[in-house]
Amino acid sequence: MALDPEHLRYPNRTYGMDHDRYEWSMLSDRRPVQWPGNAKLAVWVNVSLQFYPLNQEGKPFAVPGGMTMPYPDLRHYSLRDYGNRVGIYRFLNAFDQYGIRPSFAISTELAERAPYLLQRICEREDELICHGWNMDSLHYGGQPLAEESELVERSITRLRELSGQEIAGWISPARNESENTPELLVQNGIRYFCDWVNDDMPYSFHTKSGDLTAMPLSNELEDRFVLMNNLHSEQSWLEQVCDACDFLLQEAESSGGRILALNIHPWVLGQPHRIARLEQALAYISSCAGVWNAPAGEILQHWMAQQGG
Amino acid sequence: MKSDPGFYDYWPYEKRPNIQWPGGARLAFWVAPNIEFYELDPPANPQRKAWPQPYPALPGYGIRDYGNRVGHVRQMEVLDRYGIRGSISLSTALCDHHPEIIAQCAQRDWEFFSHGIYNTRYTYGMSEEQEKEMILDSLSSIKKHTGQHCAGYLAPALSHSENTLDLFAEAGSELAGDEAGFYTCDLFHDDQPTPIRLRSGKRFVSIPYSLEMNDTIAYVVNKVEPRRYGQMLRDNFDRLYAEGAQSGTVMCIPTHNYQVSCPHRLKAFEEALEYITGHSDVWVTTGREIASHFLDTQYDTALANIASKQGAC
Repeated sequence: MALDPEHLRYPNRTYGMDHDRYEWSMLSDRRPVQWPGNAKLAVWVNVSLQFYPLNQEGKPFAVPGGMTMPYPDLRHYSLRDYGNRVGIYRFLNAFDQYGIRPSFAISTELAERAPYLLQRICEREDELICHGWNMDSLHYGGQPLAEESELVERSITRLRELSGQEIAGWISPARNESENTPELLVQNGIRYFCDWVNDDMPYSFHTKSGDLTAMPLSNELEDRFVLMNNLHSEQSWLEQVCDACDFLLQEAESSGGRILALNIHPWVLGQPHRIARLEQALAYISSCAGVWNAPAGEILQHWMAQQGG
Repeated sequence: MKSDPGFYDYWPYEKRPNIQWPGGARLAFWVAPNIEFYELDPPANPQRKAWPQPYPALPGYGIRDYGNRVGHVRQMEVLDRYGIRGSISLSTALCDHHPEIIAQCAQRDWEFFSHGIYNTRYTYGMSEEQEKEMILDSLSSIKKHTGQHCAGYLAPALSHSENTLDLFAEAGSELAGDEAGFYTCDLFHDDQPTPIRLRSGKRFVSIPYSLEMNDTIAYVVNKVEPRRYGQMLRDNFDRLYAEGAQSGTVMCIPTHNYQVSCPHRLKAFEEALEYITGHSDVWVTTGREIASHFLDTQYDTALANIASKQGAC
């Protein structure tokens, strides 16, 4: 019994990363960033508006949050739809109450299916991020390039047509990518994406077609992950958000501006028994001194302006 | 395959010889940060997949990279505040990839022990010769980059063979005699150090490392809430501290900075450290120091006591 000798060879065992997508860099070594008004913490709330098709193919895997029962899985289809019909309007009220300017990552197919919702967001002048075609249209390793290229192009172009917005940001369904996704995003005019979550600040991500910026939209603190994957209580999600806010504010005292990124889903936190926890989280965050709320594109713009030289 | 690995005999947790820690402490407390490198595209081990998705599996890779880019320095600052020196369970390839992290740990006089070369290279399927080569490579890397003789081992990703502990002890002897390769963190059978039987007869101990207090087991496997994790740490301490009044106990917190050092989790960890180190009679120490102290002062008594307990009481 023995493994193939390649298991004891380490061709990438050298300084830096084991790939060429981005440079190795410790957060503590970076130049401090200043936010507008000398704020210490930029708060970025992202709402993920998702369409989960009933006839899910699950290729190459069933998307988390998607259908799990034999067809037709009406319970999960309709419960996800609940977020886009009901929960989102609770969110909008909460944002208005606390003066929050979120970004909205939307499945392009949902933008097509729910023009009322799209118009409502566009009238608020909030930033849209493309969240792929739908939650079952995954980007994955081994996907034929022509297939993915068409999918990326259709998702972004159609969302631009429907919304009239520039659309500079991208979140892949399930934050899953193929080896070609970053190149395809750049080729379609995307400037930042939120799939690679390995930092608390933006960083430059290399593609053969030019650089993207990776924006740090935390997975670990998102409502779906905390409540649905970890099965923590609603109260615990609130505590975790407040603890993160306190910690980042404190770290910012000595390290320069930080970002608190909350990814939330109206089908999760928009439920009647959960919405108050979101409101309490927003109330807490807005009550802290040194907090600046802005959508992703605006945070990126301020960060980018300080990276030169 | 064996029904029992044969490393130790039954040893009841009552009527053992009293363990004395330095300065009359009741409890030896150590924190073991895992400082790991996971490869984005490792060769596929026939028995265990590194990642659930096809390449590039960015969700798993990204959060682990977060530990290296963001987490370790945060934890260093917290441990400094409570006078704790880390005992690092090290993917030794990290010395090549990220020497800045190694330098900051070395500056703090932390201990480095081997956790294999990469946490995406599993022991499963290796020949004895291959596993020996991998372990020797990891020990040599620690010596080369830190000057330390590696005393302890935690197999990469807790992947073992039947020979792992023997090979580690022998590799240590080959490099530095009794100065290296004398304790393991791979076994979870006790709250006190225990002698381990090896084919070489080398004096070798298992040190409590605690799977239950491991942040990744708590957060990822058992999915506990951060404040509950903090409470678990305090409860674990309270009981071991109370029992330590009779005979010294060991408490370990194994950590991963892609878990415990996330902004929403660090407070719970820090409050537990503040609580633990706020007690008198706690020996805040390292894995190597616990193992050395036990080998020097308790090992022979323990062996004799274990032998006397092999019949009915």
